Amino acid sequence: MSEHEEHTTHSQGFYIAIGIGLLIGTATTVGAAFVNLGAFNPVVALLIATIKATVVVLFFMHVKGASEKLTGAVVVSGFFFLAILLSLSLADYLTRSWR
Amino acid sequence: MHDSPATTSSATMEHEAHNPALLHHFSDAQQQKDAASLGMWLFLVTEIMFFGGMFCAYLIYRVAHFNAFAAASQQLSIGMGAFNTAVLIISSVTVVLAVKAAEAGKRKVLVAYLVVTVLLGMTFLVVKGFEYREKFERHHVPGPTFKFTDTFDDNGKQIPVNPKEAELFFSLYFAMTGMHALHMIIGCGLFSVLAVLAWKGHYSPGYFTPIENAGLYWHLVDIIWIYLFPLLYLISRHS
Repeated sequence: MSEHEEHTTHSQGFYIAIGIGLLIGTATTVGAAFVNLGAFNPVVALLIATIKATVVVLFFMHVKGASEKLTGAVVVSGFFFLAILLSLSLADYLTRSWR
Repeated sequence: MHDSPATTSSATMEHEAHNPALLHHFSDAQQQKDAASLGMWLFLVTEIMFFGGMFCAYLIYRVAHFNAFAAASQQLSIGMGAFNTAVLIISSVTVVLAVKAAEAGKRKVLVAYLVVTVLLGMTFLVVKGFEYREKFERHHVPGPTFKFTDTFDDNGKQIPVNPKEAELFFSLYFAMTGMHALHMIIGCGLFSVLAVLAWKGHYSPGYFTPIENAGLYWHLVDIIWIYLFPLLYLISRHS
């Protein structure tokens, strides 16, 4: 199962740098909320949130570099089914006014 | 005891001598760790779908009652929300450093990071409590005493909103942040127990799976907040 007894963890400095990056992302998203971007306000906010969540999954939750590839498949399939739930439900509700 | 071929059996015995935490049905410590992590992720996927249902309900009702949802969302405190986001991100860093300390076998450092994580989690809950208190004081809690008189600002034009629709926003607000807060309380309890067990020396570089899996749980609760914060607090500041 494991060809190499690797350590998936990084250095302490690396994690602190990732943490600072996430804090900068938070500051950016708060700043962007006060700028009127019209319909793009939610898009920008959710884009930043998705980048932050991806960083947490890959580096804090050690999915990147995980020795078991199946873990990555489970993670991706989880978010895939969430995407089906959200996109198909909203595809219905967002288009009801078109009649 | 073992029906496995002689080679596997001898390998298992060899590992057992090194690591008493290795169970018999795993071929080596790495496989055991991977299996535990995979199982934890399967649980976390059910959590993603559980919160996903509430996110979906929120998005559908936000589309249906946009003006009321925007007016209600503007009553939330961005300052407290942003502070809590920062607290959770810092706690995620301390969790990942705790896992690293466990891997390196630094018992005291591990306990310190676990305790700091619990304290940060409690800080989050205290701030959330102050937010909830403000909702009670302003009658923004859904129920018989619910009142909502704020208007939707359409480029300077004040449009009154249906209080029933604003009440729906606050129902979803309390359901989502309340369920998230419950997860935080469970997480604080979990990490308190782990801190005691770590202090007693239950974990070693060969076995710290509970620390890792509790860490995965904590990070997921952090990710849920990363989405709750913009969706509830931020995206309705402008229309």
